[in-house]
Amino acid sequence: MSLTSDSLKNIIQERLNADLVQVEDMSGGCGQAFAVIIVSKLFQGKNKLARHRLVNNELKNEIASIHAFTQKGFTPEEWQQQGGKI
Amino acid sequence: MFSRILSSNTLRFSPRLSTNLIHSRYLSNEIKSAIELAIKSTPVVLFMKGTPEFPQCGFSRATIQILGQQGVDPSKFAAYNVLEDQELRDGIKEYSQWPTIPQLYINGEFVGGCDIITGMVKDGELGDFLEKSDVLIPEETSDEQPNSANVKPSQR
Repeated sequence: MSLTSDSLKNIIQERLNADLVQVEDMSGGCGQAFAVIIVSKLFQGKNKLARHRLVNNELKNEIASIHAFTQKGFTPEEWQQQGGKI
Repeated sequence: MFSRILSSNTLRFSPRLSTNLIHSRYLSNEIKSAIELAIKSTPVVLFMKGTPEFPQCGFSRATIQILGQQGVDPSKFAAYNVLEDQELRDGIKEYSQWPTIPQLYINGEFVGGCDIITGMVKDGELGDFLEKSDVLIPEETSDEQPNSANVKPSQR
């Protein structure tokens, strides 16, 4: 099954208990490269490396099946501090 | 050992390819000890797609540019091209439990991939971290004061 922005978004939302997920398909439709922004309480108290590891673990199979995956993780507080809405 | 690209000693971040390319197959254990040796024998090690001069992926390119801009000492830097060695490509992901390339190691410790490094630059953390890790070009070098920056490409 090939991954789409929408299916990836749903997967992230569910597995990372995310308040907000933005998925950008950078592959021009071939389902190979995604940039995601994740806002989740699970990132609380974790540094960048730990946040990425958390996401990488939850999305192990998905990331392995695509060519490129780039991620940014914020806690709800951080997201709102920089002007984001949830 | 898998292929290794050492950086040359110029101001540009332009490394050279060493000649000991080995294409034999490794067991996982062997690849693991080769990786361990690699990340422990050079302070700054980048596993990337392509070479620093010719990165073959935008993420590897961005990472190598950042390391150059931050002033990482080329004599303390080594890059390994995972595209030349499928076992290294698989092995390094297994070793770090990290699914993507590039991967940066400093003083034997995994630092992160392109997103992490880019984020550290944005937050102003990377410079301090590199400074603390003692991997930057020293600000005041020896008695030899160049009149101008050496912008010639490596002679090797």
